[in-house]
Amino acid sequence: MSVIVLVEHTEGSIKKKSLEAVQYATSIAQKTGTTVSAIVLGTLPNDEMENLGQYGAHKVLNVPDARLNELHPRAYTTALLTAAQQEASKIIIMLHDINGRAVAPRVAGKLKAGLVAGALSYPDLDKGFVIKKAVFSGKAFAHVNITSDVKVITLIPNTFQLNKGEGKASIEKLDVNFSDNDFGITVKEVNKIKGEIPLADAQLVVSGGRGLKGPENWGILEDLAKELGAATACSRPVADAHWRPHHEHVGQTGGTVRPDLYIAVGISGAIQHLAGVNGSKNIVVINKDPEAPFFKAANYGVVGDALEVLPKLTEAVKKFRQNHK
Amino acid sequence: MVSLFGRFRGGYMKILVCISQVPDTSTKIVLKDDNTAINNQGTTYIVNPYDEWYALVCALELKESGTASDIHLITVGKADVEPVIRKALALGGDEAIRIDADSNDPFQTATYIAEYAKSVSYDLILCGKESIDYNNGAVGAMLAGLLDIDYIGFATDIQINGSSVIVKREIEGGEETDACSLPVVIACQKGVAEARIPNMRGIMAARTRPLKAVTPVAVDPVTEILAYELPPAKAGIKLIEADNMDELVALLHTEAKVL
Repeated sequence: MSVIVLVEHTEGSIKKKSLEAVQYATSIAQKTGTTVSAIVLGTLPNDEMENLGQYGAHKVLNVPDARLNELHPRAYTTALLTAAQQEASKIIIMLHDINGRAVAPRVAGKLKAGLVAGALSYPDLDKGFVIKKAVFSGKAFAHVNITSDVKVITLIPNTFQLNKGEGKASIEKLDVNFSDNDFGITVKEVNKIKGEIPLADAQLVVSGGRGLKGPENWGILEDLAKELGAATACSRPVADAHWRPHHEHVGQTGGTVRPDLYIAVGISGAIQHLAGVNGSKNIVVINKDPEAPFFKAANYGVVGDALEVLPKLTEAVKKFRQNHK
Repeated sequence: MVSLFGRFRGGYMKILVCISQVPDTSTKIVLKDDNTAINNQGTTYIVNPYDEWYALVCALELKESGTASDIHLITVGKADVEPVIRKALALGGDEAIRIDADSNDPFQTATYIAEYAKSVSYDLILCGKESIDYNNGAVGAMLAGLLDIDYIGFATDIQINGSSVIVKREIEGGEETDACSLPVVIACQKGVAEARIPNMRGIMAARTRPLKAVTPVAVDPVTEILAYELPPAKAGIKLIEADNMDELVALLHTEAKVL
């Protein structure tokens, strides 16, 4: 009856957001009187897996098949269904990220299980199994009740606080009967942009709009991002004009971010853009137009020209970093 | 087992494009009935941008290049979604299918589409990476599961090569190129195609393209939305002088605690 949680890893380490998922699973397991089985697909050092106990995992079910170090949605689904059956699990947890979003709906469909995609809260068990999620790209929230016996949840990263405890998870090998079809997708090429922080998981984001006047001015925005250790993003007009790559586009028809700090530079704050960023815990708006609608959604505002304010802010951050080493 | 999808021959490829109706992106969300429903009064509806701009236009490009022969559009909704399907047909597509049901539940929606798709044997099923109303992004992957075929999400480029497909897709911090055999479900985003604007000829032609309503199979939803809420208003902004960035940094450190 254990709660199962899919753990993502890269280059021999578990991703922080998967620790959040394990801890979320632990909280549900405690409330429902059961334990957590973490599913690790692919190869990972034993001590990494054992350390999942620090976040409440009782045991790790590992499928040490190196092919699983890459995403294969069908193989992942087969492994999770095997684990769910073995453990008689009713609750399956993944992340609302590129991997989780390819696997969770498939698992849910196979099990005729209700899915909450993009959970922002723990389930409210008093009213059924009710979880809050963003809808209309963040313009509203819905409280979704899962009515099926089996429940699948994907979590928004960087939403649930981590509390590291003590403990060591036991490791068991999970035997899975894969078919050739499970590996029907062949990975031909992987291009990682070196040193770039993935936007969806970033805790600090610096984002630029038309107020930066042209792609040649992005250097000063990148300077600030580098000083902060932040990811860079942009508004839709900027991506449409090819000033920046489209994966940086944040808003209702681009990506959604939920960082601790979102610094919007030269972005007016159209309703479509706000939809993609209003889950940010703190918003700083820098805009020369004091009437820019973004100021209404901001915690901190600076009225001024982006090209003048940005270097000053970068200097101030640099000074701060030197004094707080 | 005989494959449901075994009929693919180059140039005869059949594509199904999944279309969703969503409120226009400029819509301000208003709640009604003790927050248990969205007030739809005065809302303008559009084709979900990811479905229209990328999935549908990608299908049109494949037909224009002679790779595909038939493009079918499918949606789940009651008769009131037909104007939006006509908008999609104005861009192109040979016929449209409307599964005559209301559904807010991805499992229900995916089951309806899967049941229909099984009867036609599509070689390629395209959808947007998510709909901008409920943001589940679940129907594509679920549909692939129900049909027991492959799924590739967050696609930025699609090339058909005989009976296989080469897809570039977004991964964390980069891009990956995948290959797999048809049939496959692919969820599209920016890069797959360039958005188009319908012309008058297309709008006129859309009026006479076949649009059939199909009775849904019986399937119960597995989720229900009990209530909605709107984001809390920000407590008020602190303005900082442009010459005093040290103060901003100090506030981000001591008050916001993000530095």
